[in-house]
Amino acid sequence: MSGCRAPRPAWGLLLALLALGELPQAQGTEEVPGDAHGDVQGFQVVTFRWHHVQDPYIIALWILVASLAKIGFHLSHKVTSVVPESALLIVLGLVLGGIVWAADHIASFTLTPTLFFFYLLPPIVLDAGYFMPNRLFFGNLGTILLYAVIGTVWNAAATGLSLYGVFLSGLMGDLDIGLLDFLLFGSLIAAVDPVAVLAVFEEVHVNEVLFIIVFGESLLNDAVTVVLYNVFESFVTLGGDKVTGVDCVKGLVSFFVVSLGGTLVGVVFAFLLSLVTRFTKHVRTIEPGFVFVLSYLSYLTSEMLSLSAILAITFCGICCQKYVKANISEQSATTVRYTMKMLASGAETIIFMFLGISAVDPLIWKWNTAFVLLTLVFISVYRVIGVVLQTWILNRYRMVQLEIIDQVVMSYGGLRGAVAFALVVLLDENKVKEKNLFVSTTLIVIFFTVIVQGLTIKPLVQWLKVKRSEQREPKLNEKLHGRAFDHILSAIEDISGQIGHNYLRDKWSNFDRKFLSKILMRRSAQKSRDRILNVFHELNLKDAISYVAEGERRGSLAFIRSPSTDNMVNVDFSTPRPSTVEASISYLLRENVSAVRLDMQSLEQRRQSIRDTEDMVTHHTLQQYLYKPRQEYKHLYSRHELTADEHEKQDKEVFHRTMRKRLESFKSAKLGLHPHKKGAKLYKRERAQKRRNSSIPNGKLPMGSSLQDFTIKERDLELLDPEEAASYDAEDMSGGIEFLANITQDTATDSPSGIDNPVFSPDEDPSILSRAPPWLSPGEAVVPSQRARVQIPHSPGNFHRLAPFRLSCKSVDSFVLADGSEEQPRAAPAESTHM
Amino acid sequence: MGSRSSHAARIPDVDSIRRETGFSQASLLRLYHRFQALDRNEKGYLSRMDLQQIGALAVNPLGDRIIESFFPDGSMRVDFPGFVRVLAHFRPVDDEDEGNRDPKEPEPLNSRMNKLRFAFQLYDLDRDGKISRLEMLQVLRLMVGVQVTEEQLESIADRTVQEADEDGDGAVSFLEFAKSLEKMNIEQKMSIRILK
Repeated sequence: MSGCRAPRPAWGLLLALLALGELPQAQGTEEVPGDAHGDVQGFQVVTFRWHHVQDPYIIALWILVASLAKIGFHLSHKVTSVVPESALLIVLGLVLGGIVWAADHIASFTLTPTLFFFYLLPPIVLDAGYFMPNRLFFGNLGTILLYAVIGTVWNAAATGLSLYGVFLSGLMGDLDIGLLDFLLFGSLIAAVDPVAVLAVFEEVHVNEVLFIIVFGESLLNDAVTVVLYNVFESFVTLGGDKVTGVDCVKGLVSFFVVSLGGTLVGVVFAFLLSLVTRFTKHVRTIEPGFVFVLSYLSYLTSEMLSLSAILAITFCGICCQKYVKANISEQSATTVRYTMKMLASGAETIIFMFLGISAVDPLIWKWNTAFVLLTLVFISVYRVIGVVLQTWILNRYRMVQLEIIDQVVMSYGGLRGAVAFALVVLLDENKVKEKNLFVSTTLIVIFFTVIVQGLTIKPLVQWLKVKRSEQREPKLNEKLHGRAFDHILSAIEDISGQIGHNYLRDKWSNFDRKFLSKILMRRSAQKSRDRILNVFHELNLKDAISYVAEGERRGSLAFIRSPSTDNMVNVDFSTPRPSTVEASISYLLRENVSAVRLDMQSLEQRRQSIRDTEDMVTHHTLQQYLYKPRQEYKHLYSRHELTADEHEKQDKEVFHRTMRKRLESFKSAKLGLHPHKKGAKLYKRERAQKRRNSSIPNGKLPMGSSLQDFTIKERDLELLDPEEAASYDAEDMSGGIEFLANITQDTATDSPSGIDNPVFSPDEDPSILSRAPPWLSPGEAVVPSQRARVQIPHSPGNFHRLAPFRLSCKSVDSFVLADGSEEQPRAAPAESTHM
Repeated sequence: MGSRSSHAARIPDVDSIRRETGFSQASLLRLYHRFQALDRNEKGYLSRMDLQQIGALAVNPLGDRIIESFFPDGSMRVDFPGFVRVLAHFRPVDDEDEGNRDPKEPEPLNSRMNKLRFAFQLYDLDRDGKISRLEMLQVLRLMVGVQVTEEQLESIADRTVQEADEDGDGAVSFLEFAKSLEKMNIEQKMSIRILK
């Protein structure tokens, strides 16, 4: 096995540890005196008390082994990119199990249902719920439910009945088994497993809709599995002939009770959890603990009430995530994130390893070729049929159609896992006579789906997508515009409201804003709960800081740009320039280095002309620094990886620019009202903005002082007032004129997105502004700014929309009000924001 | 937000809109609801602010430009037909359209050329039918991270214009723009599956 070769260095260590764990246990207590320095009688200075620590010690060792194995796997990138980790872990488990068994001759470590259901499964499911992309999940809830409920029932019934049919034909030989046993087996083998599905799908990159459907299905079908399993188990206990119609109806009722009850328990605990975290301000250190304890309690509670525990903890995670994230401190949030990932990832590792180990036990193996093979065939075939049929129905109602390739992946991604195994182990041997056959078949099915399908699903996806025609270097235009198209598309999607359910979502968010958030969120969190508002807060802080040092900054930036390097690409990179401005220069150098490296590679393929080299640099720069469209960077749920910071950075950058431009263009609209006073107004604007910016930290840092901030805001508005500004006319015409030249031509070319004020965007090169576009004569200069004025609505509300971003407490409603009272004096909307 | 009937009949001029845009009844209804949801105070039209409220657009580098494209010629508001007309550019091209199309009628909004034209006018701010070097530079500046220096940007803008510019006037006309992208599957790339 290639997987075992790679982590060679780790192996010696693993074996040593195993020996440590196993030998003492095998030989029992005889070893004790050996280590005790011979002083058997009397007081022992040191005693070797293996039994005292045995259980926790072994558990800790197993965890260590599994974790080390994980390190080992990832030493070789080649292996993990081909073989899914879950498959590697199963194989490792098989090997370790073999070793243990060879040493011990008893299979002492198996995946017991208690261990699995109480300790290993909850963290995984909680993690899935807590990091669930809610929007996507609820957007596809209907589809998910159909697959989870109807699909699972179909799989269970069809598999069970078909197996029974084949059994009746006599192909399986002589088995002590009845129809109900087959249905029981069908019900436990039917469910797609959340652990296995995630483990494999995470490594195969499929589109988000497909991912959420398969993932959601695997989580939600638990209720169906539990009910089917319980119903058939009790039927088996009762005996086939005593089952009445009433029992069947009861079974149906119990399905709704189990699923809805489980969900309800989850929601109730999510509510409690959110409420509790609202008041943890003074006990920050135990904040994260609440998240885990309360979610776990939801799991146990619904288990106690024999409801669907998986649904409970899933919905607990889903429902609480928003409020908890808003309530707890940033450090606690980070702690929760990492802890959750660690627990889930660890549990998954252990599950797969134990699955392997559990298989090494001759006692459980009972082979029946026909039964095993037919089970494999049936579950695959019925999965395909189920998916195709349901998709056909769904596609008539869905906005986003599921295409053939999606259906193939869905059918093929129906992996079975540890849930099935734990359920089958739970069976009572006295009632289900062929338990061992079921157990072995389940193991085979799990191994087959996880290893074989897991191995092949990635090549399959790639093969199906191989529509890529010719392999050529895209032209610059294609690259740039292609990316622009991506952005356009995602913007249009946002405007057109992507996937349906908007009406419901609007209703919900209204309800959430009016009632839920008020109860469940801290005051401070309510204000800044909008992520965008958060970003804006931070940006403002940053701005304020950076503008303080603006003068220096501009100087240093000018330094970098002015002596330059007319064309970056022609600079001699090999000799590091003596830099006085460390950070900035090193920036350039770093870029250059990477560009050079890229060139070196490309030289082999491309002609060695300067032109090409420059081309490469250009392409490279574009490739590296073009903003990524939303679809590409937006991460889905991942069990092993935490959010990449990159896209947050990008969001911030773009958001910063957008807001700055909107503000500028709004202001320029105001300025346009009185073109003749332009210079003075610009001066005003500059001053006002400086004041505003410097006032922000004071206004914002203390939580309660938004009012104060607001008054400052108001004064800024007044300063912008044309009447008042007139008094500055004489003062600063000279400064204004230069400014005017820049502004007007920029308004001309860029009016929709506003002005690039060089003063306030030190990162952008002012030089570009001073270069007049050829078609612009000074005479025309004023006109565009009037256009800008027309485009931007002149209303106090408009300004409020931008300004109160940082001080709004009740979000957009206030803007709506402000907007409605367009012609009213400024004071009126001002108060409305403080309702 | 008041009550909303789920009847397409409530949309004014529903038939003529359908004919012009090619949207299905269901899509129109959905878009109408969307339109109403965006229209924060039931004005019956959208202002720029309504669109600017969409959070995701604020982090889209071209977000504001796209908002502008809903307001042709500096108008202040966009009504439902205008709203849908813009979105119709992104309707997927289906085969039926091609077959049944009356050659006398104007090209449907979602044709390749119209999709390209939509993109083109996002660049061409001064509406002179050409993307000048400066206009290219502005788009570039929107679309790349702050790490890239102005010199690099200018150099990229130069190259991009040069690459597409065939008649040597230092600007990219619409035909040149379309030509430079002729190998690209615009029909697919500029379509949204849900807009049927």
